[in-house]
Amino acid sequence: MTDQAYNFAYLDEQTKRMIRRAILKGVAVPGYQVPFASREMPMPYGWGTGGVQVTAACLVPEDRLKVIDQGADDTTNAVSIRKFFQRTAGVAVTEATTAASIIQTRHRIPETPLHEGQILVYQVPIPEPLRFLEPRETETRKMHELEEYGLMHVKLYEDIARHGTIATSYAYPVKVEGRYVMDPSPIPKFDNPKLSDSPALQLFGAGREQRIYALPPYTQVVSLDFDDHPFDPSKAAHDCDLCGAAASYLDEVIIDDQGGRMFVCSDTDFCRGRREAGHVGALGVPLAEGGM
Amino acid sequence: MNSDALLGGFADTPVQSARAFRAALDALSRPGTIRVVEGATPPAPLSTAAGVLVLTLCDGTTPVHLAGAHDCPALRQWITFHTSAPLVDAAQATFAIGGWDALQPVARFASGTPDYPDRSATLIIEMPGLAAAGMRLSGPGIQSKARLSLPDVTAFKANRARFPLGFDCFLTAGSQLAGLPRASRVEDI
Repeated sequence: MTDQAYNFAYLDEQTKRMIRRAILKGVAVPGYQVPFASREMPMPYGWGTGGVQVTAACLVPEDRLKVIDQGADDTTNAVSIRKFFQRTAGVAVTEATTAASIIQTRHRIPETPLHEGQILVYQVPIPEPLRFLEPRETETRKMHELEEYGLMHVKLYEDIARHGTIATSYAYPVKVEGRYVMDPSPIPKFDNPKLSDSPALQLFGAGREQRIYALPPYTQVVSLDFDDHPFDPSKAAHDCDLCGAAASYLDEVIIDDQGGRMFVCSDTDFCRGRREAGHVGALGVPLAEGGM
Repeated sequence: MNSDALLGGFADTPVQSARAFRAALDALSRPGTIRVVEGATPPAPLSTAAGVLVLTLCDGTTPVHLAGAHDCPALRQWITFHTSAPLVDAAQATFAIGGWDALQPVARFASGTPDYPDRSATLIIEMPGLAAAGMRLSGPGIQSKARLSLPDVTAFKANRARFPLGFDCFLTAGSQLAGLPRASRVEDI
């Protein structure tokens, strides 16, 4: 039930129009960061205020919303944002990736392939991929204008010179449709291949930094690399200990004081789905026995 | 003021504009897709779909240009009352509304600046009809190929050639709505 004290989806109409216009311009110029007049939200910066504003501008009453934080539906950030929109927009919610029409995410792309008509909304802390190389906004803006991305390749090269390999493992920079270099938000580079050619619309909102950008469906997104050091979407060399999945992104969980550890899928919905289908990992027990 | 100008807006603005925006977002992010929208009954010659777009996207911060037959007192009053958008010349417009011929030459509309390509006009092109046939589209939002009954080819090719500068378009006919972002490549095949 919508809380009657709030306008539908919390934001006032003037604000939603402004955000909607920014989203449309973002869709028209894939990978370009559109400035927008980000509002203060009833949660601190860093908790997804950008993503929340984009989601609020997109929601319709018929939507089914899923919110994930590092792949999990049941962490504080995900639970509080889900409750926020249940209360202010009255939308249905779900934990199933396939059942959701809008998915707001912090730092992961779901393992289950997305389908046409879905919208994936990313929470972005620092939208500017060049920011840690060049702190001045005036300069980074000029670099995007001139397609002057040499500095980013120097950074990746210095990784190789120092570590023997590209050590950047999350927020790995990508190039969109051969034009704009974009920060895919702090998703692990394991998720980067899923950015490209996705059937779903991907929207990125950075609240504190006041930027919105977008990847329309079926947009070509290439992770930056070198001919002799090709991009490698690496993950922990393990299977999930609960569901046995060999190809999903894993969290490493310390389970005792003796250095014991287990690897589990970071995508909780994907892992539960596999366990319900009867898959059992090395440390798991079948779901029917009530095991965890 | 004509009292008709007071009518024809959304009855439930938050929900109706949300649904309209989702249709517009879908149309623009998947060029070639034709969506049906409802909720606005603007005075002639503005179509329902164009009226819905105006109510959903325009406000006091978005200068609107009315071209050709659309620049009539009834429509000026309707847009002013419902959105309070200033009505301006083509070069200052954030949104421009009219038939394709009336919008010519399209080069006069804002196409953004190299550092801020988002500061560009959005054209709402009123069409006699819309069909997923005709010009071939490719680019972001299109899996392989899409088709859309566009009024021109040369102008859209020239617009694409200036990427990331350029204007973006919505095409409207009756309650139908389609989108053509500047990133789309148009071929006459």
